[in-house]
Amino acid sequence: MKAKIHVYLKPGVLDPQGVAVSVALQNMGFPEVKSARQGKLIELDLHGVSGEQAKARADEMCKRLLANPVIESYSIEIE
Amino acid sequence: MKSAVIVFPGSNCDRDAAEAIRAVTGQAPAMVWHQESALPAGTEFVMIPGGFSYGDYLRCGAMASRAAIMPAVMAHAKRGAPILGVCNGFQILTETQLLPGALMRNSGLLFVCEKTPLTVENGNTRFTAAYQGGREVAIPIAHHDGNYFADADTLDRLEGEGQVVFRYRANPNGSARDIAGVINTQGNVMGMMPHPERAVDPVHGGTDGLGVFESILGSA
Repeated sequence: MKAKIHVYLKPGVLDPQGVAVSVALQNMGFPEVKSARQGKLIELDLHGVSGEQAKARADEMCKRLLANPVIESYSIEIE
Repeated sequence: MKSAVIVFPGSNCDRDAAEAIRAVTGQAPAMVWHQESALPAGTEFVMIPGGFSYGDYLRCGAMASRAAIMPAVMAHAKRGAPILGVCNGFQILTETQLLPGALMRNSGLLFVCEKTPLTVENGNTRFTAAYQGGREVAIPIAHHDGNYFADADTLDRLEGEGQVVFRYRANPNGSARDIAGVINTQGNVMGMMPHPERAVDPVHGGTDGLGVFESILGSA
């Protein structure tokens, strides 16, 4: 079973790397890019847990390490 | 005063910190490896040094804040003992939530390394009393992720409670309200991005960092 965890900056938190990416894309001829936000995708390979347990455990992992609640939100997909 | 410097894989200011502590307190600190689970008996002051613990993986300070030694550091903080985090040490203290806010990538995206003019905003702390009301100091910075962030309510509270201890006079990294260093509500845990341990000897090009260590010694 895999858990895919997306960690992204909360709205309102400045993302200088996202700004740099969007400016680069605009300069490369993609004027339709109005902004970019950069986040993280963390894939976990999980064994010996049910889908429901996996989601609860992944949520705990996010709270305790993978995301910083001061600046980040996250979402979890179990497949 | 018995001191300890916590050493993580990737710490690189630990020896500078130890030398500054030895020079000011007259006693070399214990160097405590991150896998230890207790501070040496009798430890008063704990310093978490700068560097790139765990290669800054995931987020700066995230891994270090969950290291084996950290519960002992947290318990030490709860007892009211002085704890100073510098640069990566500041990032680690925010990750433990002993200090509010977070340190993000510099707004200019560049690593900044220069002597930086600061204002001592609060000279009545255990870490700044030795400045004796002196307001202007210059202390080096060296970081890529020193852009202090907290929500507006938290920033207002920090300002209102005198928890903003150091402020940049020329903001080098985009920090909210030019914040360079903050202290917890109890007044015993301080984090700052500038490196006072790199300004304790005339050969460093300045001695404005001495006040931090002299203050800690004076408060013990």
